[in-house]
Parts: sequence; C-alpha cells; structure tokens
Amino acid sequence: MKISGAELFIKALKAEGVKHLFGFPGGVVIPVFDALYSETEIQVILTRHEQGAVHAADGYARSTGKTGVCLVTSGPGATNTVTGIATANFDSVPIVCFTGQVSRSMIGNDAFQEADIVGITRPITKHNYLVLDRKDLGRILKEAFTIANSGRPGPVLVDLPKDVILEKGDDEYPAKVSIRGYNPVLKGHPNQIKKAAMELKRAKNPLFYIGGGIHIAGAVEIFRKAVKKTGVPVVHSLMGIGALPGDDPLCLGMLGMHGTYVANMAVTGADLLFGIGNRFDDRATGDLSKFAPEAKIVHIDQDPVSISRNVPVEVPIVGDARLVLEQLLPLLEAPKINDWIKQIDKWKEEHPLEARVGRGSDAPKTNKAGAARGAEAADRRSIGHLRPDRVIQTICEVFPDAIIATEVGQNQMWTSQFFTFRHPRSLLTSGGLGTMGYGFPAAIGAQIANPEKRVIDIAGDGSIQMNIQELATAVYNNLPVIVTILNNGYLGMVRQWQELFFGKRYSSTCLMTGAACPPQCKGPGDHCTVYRPDFVKLAEAYGAVGMRVFEEKDIKPALTEAGKIKDRPIFIDFIVEREFNVFPMVAPGAGIAEMIFSEGRQG
Amino acid sequence: MTHIFSMLVENHQGVLSRIAGLFAGRGYNLESITAGVTTDPQISRITLVCEGDDNVIDQIKKQLNKLIDVIKVNDLSALPSLNRELALIKVRAKPNQRGEIFQVADVFRARVLDVGIDSMVLEVTGSSEKIDNFAAVLLPYSIREIARSGLISMERGKKQTTEPEGQRKGASEKLNDDFKITIA
Ligand SMILES: Cc1ncc(C[n+]2csc(CCOP(=O)(O)OP(=O)(O)O)c2C)c(N)n1
Ligand SMILES: [Mg+2]
Repeated sequence: MKISGAELFIKALKAEGVKHLFGFPGGVVIPVFDALYSETEIQVILTRHEQGAVHAADGYARSTGKTGVCLVTSGPGATNTVTGIATANFDSVPIVCFTGQVSRSMIGNDAFQEADIVGITRPITKHNYLVLDRKDLGRILKEAFTIANSGRPGPVLVDLPKDVILEKGDDEYPAKVSIRGYNPVLKGHPNQIKKAAMELKRAKNPLFYIGGGIHIAGAVEIFRKAVKKTGVPVVHSLMGIGALPGDDPLCLGMLGMHGTYVANMAVTGADLLFGIGNRFDDRATGDLSKFAPEAKIVHIDQDPVSISRNVPVEVPIVGDARLVLEQLLPLLEAPKINDWIKQIDKWKEEHPLEARVGRGSDAPKTNKAGAARGAEAADRRSIGHLRPDRVIQTICEVFPDAIIATEVGQNQMWTSQFFTFRHPRSLLTSGGLGTMGYGFPAAIGAQIANPEKRVIDIAGDGSIQMNIQELATAVYNNLPVIVTILNNGYLGMVRQWQELFFGKRYSSTCLMTGAACPPQCKGPGDHCTVYRPDFVKLAEAYGAVGMRVFEEKDIKPALTEAGKIKDRPIFIDFIVEREFNVFPMVAPGAGIAEMIFSEGRQG
Repeated sequence: MTHIFSMLVENHQGVLSRIAGLFAGRGYNLESITAGVTTDPQISRITLVCEGDDNVIDQIKKQLNKLIDVIKVNDLSALPSLNRELALIKVRAKPNQRGEIFQVADVFRARVLDVGIDSMVLEVTGSSEKIDNFAAVLLPYSIREIARSGLISMERGKKQTTEPEGQRKGASEKLNDDFKITIA
C-alpha cells in the first residue's frame, strides 16, 4: 500500500510505542500535525516554545529511560530546539527531534523559513538526517530511534522536507536495522574485568566514583549489590546522584567544585578510584594535576572517547555499565579497609554541609533591603531571611520520593547538597551544558511520563523566567508540577563568583537593577526596588496557584498545602536571604582538596 | 607526530562535513583530507593526515570511530603502507629554460602536461616529501601556482579493507583489543 510520509511517520511512532509527543506546529509540518489530529494512541502536548518541547521530551526520557519525541516546524522552529538538543546531547539523553524543512526543490534557495538545521545541529546530536528520498524514510526513522536509545544514548534529529512528508510511497517500517558503522560495545573484556576485581580487592583506600551512566544503563540495583558486597565507599558526580541512597553511610556525596569535603578528601586520599559511567569532567576533577594523586584508576564506560581523555586510566573497560557489573559482581571480594573507613568518618565530621553567607558579606540581613522585596511585602520588615538549605531540606521531608528537577545556579547546587536522593532517575538537571530554563519544562515532561509521582522544580528566580511560558502547558494539561523558587533577587551563582573573585562588583547579576540604582552597587540596601515579576500574580494570571513564603515556620505548611493540589501547577515564591553562598567550594583551577568554607578558611 | 588515517565511510551526504566539523570543533589539526568512492559505490574512502601527540591522536581515532557514518578507521602510520600525493605545478618558463625544466622533471619522473609561450605545467606524483623537494628545485624558475591533491594511502599486501562486514571483528572485541596494549 502507498501511504504519505506523514502517515509512515505516525506508523513509526506507534511501532516505537510512543505515547506522547511534544510539539509546536508551523507551515511545513501542518500535514504531520494533521495526521496526528485523529490519532488517539499518541497524545500531542503543545508547548509554548520549541525549547520547552525539547526539554520536556528530555525530562520525559531522563525520568523513564524511554525515548522522548518532539516535532517542530522549519526555520525558527528548528533553531529554537538548539539549546534543548545540546542539553540532551551533553547529558546523553535519548530524544528524537523531528523538524520540518522546506521542499527539496527549494532547499538552498534561502526559501521562507529555511534553515540548515542538519548543519547547525551536527556537532550537538548523536546523529542527524535530512531525508532526501521518500523511499529512505522508513529506514531513517528506524535508525533514528535505534541510535537515540542504544549505546551511549543521545539526541537524533530528522529533518523532513515538506514534499517528502506529502509524497506517497512505501508503507514499510522495518522492525530492525543494522547500521554497519554503529556497533556499541556491550560486554566488557573478561580479562580487564578480572583485573578490575583484583585491583579492588588489593586496595587499601578504594573508592567508587559514579556518574550518570549508572542511571542510563539501569545499573543502580546491581551497583548497590556491589557496594554491599565490598563495603567500598562511593562518591558521585552531579549526574550520578541517586546511585546510592544519599543517607547511606557509604555515600560520601558529590565530588568536585561544590562537592562535600569528605568526597573530595576521599578522592584525594584514594589509592584506587573505580569509575563507572562517569567522564572525569572538569567540574568534578578540578586541577587535574592534583586529582586523585595516589590512585590507580579503573574506568568502566560505554563511550571509549571518555576513557583516558582527562586522566590516564590503568584498567579501562568499554561496555554497558549494567552488563559489566553483572560480569564483575561474582568476582568481587571485600577489601580490608577498616582504617580507611575510620579516616572517612573523621572527614565527615570535620565539615558537614551548610549554606552560608560569603566571606565578603555581613551577617544575614533581615533589613529594609529585604523589605522591599515581593510586591505585597513593603511593610514586612522581617522578610528575606529564609535559608535555602532549610527550604530544600523541608521539600525533601515533605516529598521524599519526588522527582526533582532543577534549574541552574545556586538552586541546583543546593539541591544536590540538601535533598537526600534515594531513587535512580529522580534528579533531572542539566549537568554538562548547565542550561538555565531546563528544569521547568523538564519537570512537565517528567510529570506527563509519571502521573502518579510528585514532580518538583527547584528553581532560581532568574532561570525560571527562561521558560516561564510553559506555565500555560502545565495548566492546560492539569499537571500539578510544584515550582519552588529560591528567590534571592540575583543571578545568584554568578553573583557568588563576583563576590568571591571579583571584589563584590555585582555587574549585571542583580535582577532588580534599574535606572534608580547606584552605578556600582555593592549589594542589597535601602535603595533596592521592588522585585518583579510578582511570581504569585504571574502564576495566578496563568491559572496556576501562587504562594509566597517569608518565614521558616511557613515553609512546611506551604509545601503541604501545595501537595494537596492535584490538577494545577503551583508556584511557591520562597523569599530567601539574598547573599547566601554555596559552600564548600573549590575555586576554578584549584585542586579539589583546596576547599573554601564559609568562614573563608582553606581546607 | 603526523598520522595517516585511511577510513571507509558511508557514501552519505554530509559525511565530509561531519569529519571536517569534528576537527574544527575540537581543535584538532587537519593537514589534508581526500575522498573518493571505492569499488562499492555505497562506500567512500577518506584519507586524512593529521598531527598531534599520542593523546590527541587517540582521541581523534575514537571520535572518528564514534561517527555513525564511519565504518572503519585504520591508522596507517603503524602499518606498512603506500602513500601518494599528486601535484600540478605551473612554472614561468622562457623558451630557453624549457630544456632545463624538462631535465629536472625527468629526474622526478614528472610529466609535462602543458607548454605555453612562457609557462609550463608539470604533473608529479609521489610522497609528500618528494613533491616538496620537486617544488623546491623548481623555485628558481618562479612557480606561479601549485595544486596538491592531498595524500591517498593504501596498506601493503593482500588485505582488502573494502569488505568491512564479513571479516570485521565484533566491535566490542576490537575496541577492547585496542586497549590490550595497556593490559600487557
Ligand atoms: C542559558 C544560560 N545563561 C547563562 C548562564 C550562566 N549562569 C549560570 S548560573 C546563573 C545564575 C542563575 O540565577 P538563578 O536562576 O536566579 O539561580 P541562583 O543561582 O540565584 O539560585 C547564570 C546566569 C547559564 N547557566 N545558562
Ligand atoms: Mg536567583
């Protein structure tokens, strides 16, 4: 039977089990949306921006492991996906992004809404296609889904010219494709695995270092068995959070720039660093010459490119983390590490985590500066002193099993520090690219994929404004996503760097800067104006629920109240201390054992 | 150190751009790149010459292998191989200089393709160094233009690289084979 390209597209989605598609229409893709119009098996979620559609597909994928799918039009629709695609690419998230393209005869002519999206996205996709022949469509669609969610997953873009969409042709969607240039390694090399097990058994100060690959491979369960069997402590990257429950005594927390003291000290003192699904990213390693100076390194990763790139690796193992761990587990033996554990416990006690005001600032302010914040706040003298760490700890107390999305900045780092993650795939955060505006649409995607779960976006007041239009998407789809805004009136993380490394010159980081401000503001004071937007009114304007919290005692009641709402998004505007910093911290370029604490002391 | 990679790639549109883009985007040093189809019209051979220390070359190899359209990457620097480049060189040549130039060309086994009133075009093939040397010798005659093809390479012996599928080891074994050096 002959069917149109659009019909074959629908057939492919169904064959791949796609239930949700995030999209935004436009001229050349009208026929595809038309074909979707009468489909009952595939729900189209209309976002309010193409970037939102891609992040939503990303959140959908990260929270489930299923491939996220989006569909947008040519030209500006396609270029609006770029940040979303780059975000997914950096964090190895399986999405397939379909873009419309002008008809084949017009490609290259600067036709209306033409953009060379395949050229633009070549370096930020795992692979991409421009379909130039209707007879290739079935194969390409199958390849796209296959590539996106196998090996090291990633985004695949398929550019569909309008006339290919319309052209009648073959109705075959292949059940399988073989791609001769693409054969991801699955099992690890047995000799290498033996060697890794031996190294672990021999080690005196061994340490697991876990990255996001553990979640992607579905290896959390078997990894926890390996930890149980060996008693070896664990540090993780931002993406590896949840590999071990955060409150497990063997979980030392995150390493790196805003890692825990114990994690960074343990890495520095380890004689064996056993990496699984991690990349030795610079935010995690700090100055490479001071990274794990005593350690032999074992590294299991799906992508050979990640191995021996930043640090030399003694025992490299290419393979799928779950399959390799299955091979490895029977060979593992517990090393004798009583002294090591004692040392680790000592480090733990020395510096527990706490959010603090910075070295350069005065004590927390409960002053008039804070009083000017929030629209209805003018007469409230005591506002602006909420502690962000308490807010996050309370979110964790009220919603311990929630899926948490974050934006980027201090909100993201505090979430990694103060929310105790217990489940795999429960943190959605833009790790590699650090995309502000990621969290909210990602939370929407995750809520659609997980209707039975609570999904919360822990946001900054800056980031949330980068995709705030998706409130409409959440409202119209009755999604009870809770957005907790840690409202400090600043692009806080950048402000923190300015405070610590640029002499408190708050250039372009205050979100209340206006014509009336002194030319070189050195921080909050009587001159501060009213914070805009009023997030409560803004939420209400969209038909969502808005709340504002000033006092510590109101944190929990507000969250509990929000938890009762099941049919609408909720914005909670937490007015936090303006100049709290994320500590401890490793200055850029320093070794990870050289930590700055709130008192300004060097570790 | 300079490395020569001989690659088999899918003859898809955009392949060259993927490879060139990889080098540009990651700051690798690409000296030359040539492409042409093989006996199988769906497969092209690309020869590229690049420079870098061992770590960089290792990354280049892995990154090239990672491209979906790349079927096979061979580092010929480590193998007995034949490497050839072709160059066309246009020199200024007054009629009284022609004889000398013919002689020089003869020594380098170059061919004269064109003789004009006061110019000649010569064709020479060989290793890149030979072409460099030839050009150096011609310098006194004032070279007007050089067009070089970039290097093409082939492994010596009977091994046939254009049949990637049947004989190819499982990718897994191959990758881990690459790492065997470190096991030993
Ligand atoms: C799209 C984008 N632009 C700029 C940045 C640089 N940046 C990193 S953190 C940050 C501040 C974020 O402010 P906010 O969302 O209020 O979070 P806070 O740090 O105050 O918690 C900025 C501007 C970024 N990460 N992403
Ligand atoms: Mg902020």
